[in-house]
Amino acid sequence: MSGRRLPAWADLTLVPLANVAAAFFVSGLVVLAIGENPFTAMRLLVAGSLGTLEGLSFTLYYATNFIFTGLSVALAYRAGLFNIGAEGQAYLAGLGAALVCLSWPGLPAVVMLPLAVIAAGVFGALWAMAPGWLQARRGSHIVITTIMFNWIATSLMAWLLVNVMRAPTSMQPETPSFAAAAQMPKFDALARSFGFTVPSSPLNISFLLALIAAAFVWLLIWRTRLGYEIRTLGANASAAEYAGINTTRVIVITMGLSGMLAGGLAVNEVLGVQNRLLLEFTAGYGFVGIAVALMGRAHPLGVVLASLLFGMLYQGGAELAFDQPRITRDMIVVIQGLVVLFAGALEGMFRTPIAGAINLFRRPAENPKA
Amino acid sequence: MNQFLKGLAFAAGTFAMAGAAQAQVKPAIVYDLGGKFDKSFNEAAYAGAEKFAKESGVAYRDFEIQNDAQREQGLRRFARDGFSPIVAVGFSQASAVEKVAAEFPNTQFTIIDMVVEKPNVQSIVFREHEGSFIVGLMAAKASKTGKVGFVGGMDIPLIRRFACGYVQGVKFANKGADVFQNMTGTTGAAWNDPVKGGELARSQIERGADVVYHAAGGTGLGVLRAAADAGKLGIGVDSNQNGLFPGKVLTSMLKRVDVATYKSFADAKANSWKGGVQVLGLKEEGVGYALDDNNKALVSADMKAAADQAAADIIAGKISVHDYMSDSKCPM
Repeated sequence: MSGRRLPAWADLTLVPLANVAAAFFVSGLVVLAIGENPFTAMRLLVAGSLGTLEGLSFTLYYATNFIFTGLSVALAYRAGLFNIGAEGQAYLAGLGAALVCLSWPGLPAVVMLPLAVIAAGVFGALWAMAPGWLQARRGSHIVITTIMFNWIATSLMAWLLVNVMRAPTSMQPETPSFAAAAQMPKFDALARSFGFTVPSSPLNISFLLALIAAAFVWLLIWRTRLGYEIRTLGANASAAEYAGINTTRVIVITMGLSGMLAGGLAVNEVLGVQNRLLLEFTAGYGFVGIAVALMGRAHPLGVVLASLLFGMLYQGGAELAFDQPRITRDMIVVIQGLVVLFAGALEGMFRTPIAGAINLFRRPAENPKA
Repeated sequence: MNQFLKGLAFAAGTFAMAGAAQAQVKPAIVYDLGGKFDKSFNEAAYAGAEKFAKESGVAYRDFEIQNDAQREQGLRRFARDGFSPIVAVGFSQASAVEKVAAEFPNTQFTIIDMVVEKPNVQSIVFREHEGSFIVGLMAAKASKTGKVGFVGGMDIPLIRRFACGYVQGVKFANKGADVFQNMTGTTGAAWNDPVKGGELARSQIERGADVVYHAAGGTGLGVLRAAADAGKLGIGVDSNQNGLFPGKVLTSMLKRVDVATYKSFADAKANSWKGGVQVLGLKEEGVGYALDDNNKALVSADMKAAADQAAADIIAGKISVHDYMSDSKCPM
């Protein structure tokens, strides 16, 4: 079967593209079935997410969330750990950030923001390390424990926000707004301070943090000793143990880093956009991160690309629902679901045909050498 | 036939043109997370908008948000496209309305259930305690056991205001009556949990309650069903829910979100739209109780007379119903 192997670039680009194309084709049929023109819908979706500066900003804002949660899932996946808990880890990370912002409201931004980001990372990491430790030492399966930790996070945060942290006059279970210093610098405000007129958007420098995190994850996995241990563990846990790798340590550290990355979602949402801690700010981004990681083949570059696609779907989907009243928000969820289905569950469908096609072109060039 | 169709098309065309010339109003709605068809609060706004569209022939646009970031995005998008008035449904939209209204000072915004102090924002809040007082009084009159129940959705001051008004109404009619109160939960999920709503209502019925009032959105459907299944009476909320279980729903506490939405659109069309706070109580017919064919056998003449008398007394100021949200306390 060696002739059927895919080169890495094809695995990262061609296969996902084929999956997305198939998903859009089926979505087009659904749009057709409810009596709208699929080409118009497609145009609105693309123009709405990339065609205007505002649309692009929103796309990148959503992508920021997906890069963080996608990296979180991808890193754990490299170690053979299926972390379903990015949602809960990000939720707790929001608590960490909020505690810093509310405890010391007088801090200047240069101190406040790094502290809040670190607190978010630490809280997310700790919430992920507990299931990691349980997996490594007690054999409790990480899928089960991370799901359960999501529920614990939801209940804990609901209790805190309803009974402890809620602003006294607020109808909503949410904290008071943070001090202005706790606002992550936003691109629209930055551009305006230089005299440009730009539309408002939630895009903030968390996006750059997300890209840095992606580069960091790449370095970690392929250029460090820990990364080697992570990959070995993911490839064969028994062999890793036999080779003298302390698997408990690697599992706990990997989960910690994974949770820390998930915490980036809280940095973007809590510090960058809402400027307060509110109930369920994670809004399912943690779960979409699983689809993003699968679609990106658990590779940081793939995760970034898949995040951009999901950002487009979220933003373009909203525009679509806006301009075509017959396409409701539930339709958008169907389209997103189809992308997840083709990119995640059926991702192997096109691999063999693509490998065959590539090899067809390749063989003549390689033959003289053989 | 062809001629007829042509004539019809022509007539429709001139009609549309006349409509366009008459009013430049471009209304829009942004619903809350519950969605347009929640059978309750958001759907009432939808009903009001539909009524306006049907009567005036003016089309409107709407948007159902999927996450918190889209509140601002939706409002801003409508404002930029020249829509006005824009109705924001639900108290969660307050911070988004405040921000976007400042950016578009010439656009008219209407927010329901919350106050936003801006010259171009119309804040519509309801005196839910007054309506709840009336249905509480009716519940006490309908109860044979002297025990009635209340099931709230999410435990927030707004819902405690419903509960407090209800208790006052019950005690007004029957000083010794017992009122069992339960809240479904503390998060947004409490608005859409009919199973838990049904369980809470059943437990109240087992303790002797024979009339159960709900202020719980989608959760309330479970409450009304549990009451109907047990052969007891439920009381609906927001929309007229008498027809959901005919003969088993004593009445519904109407909160006229539909009227508020309709009025905002219609006022804008008639150029009489005004910013500021509007408090809609019994007097303004913003709240009330529902009487129709489904429940007229349940509401005795004596009960109706008492309810109407109490309503008149509240309007005249002879009965004052305590508002929980004024001091976060309920005197009962």
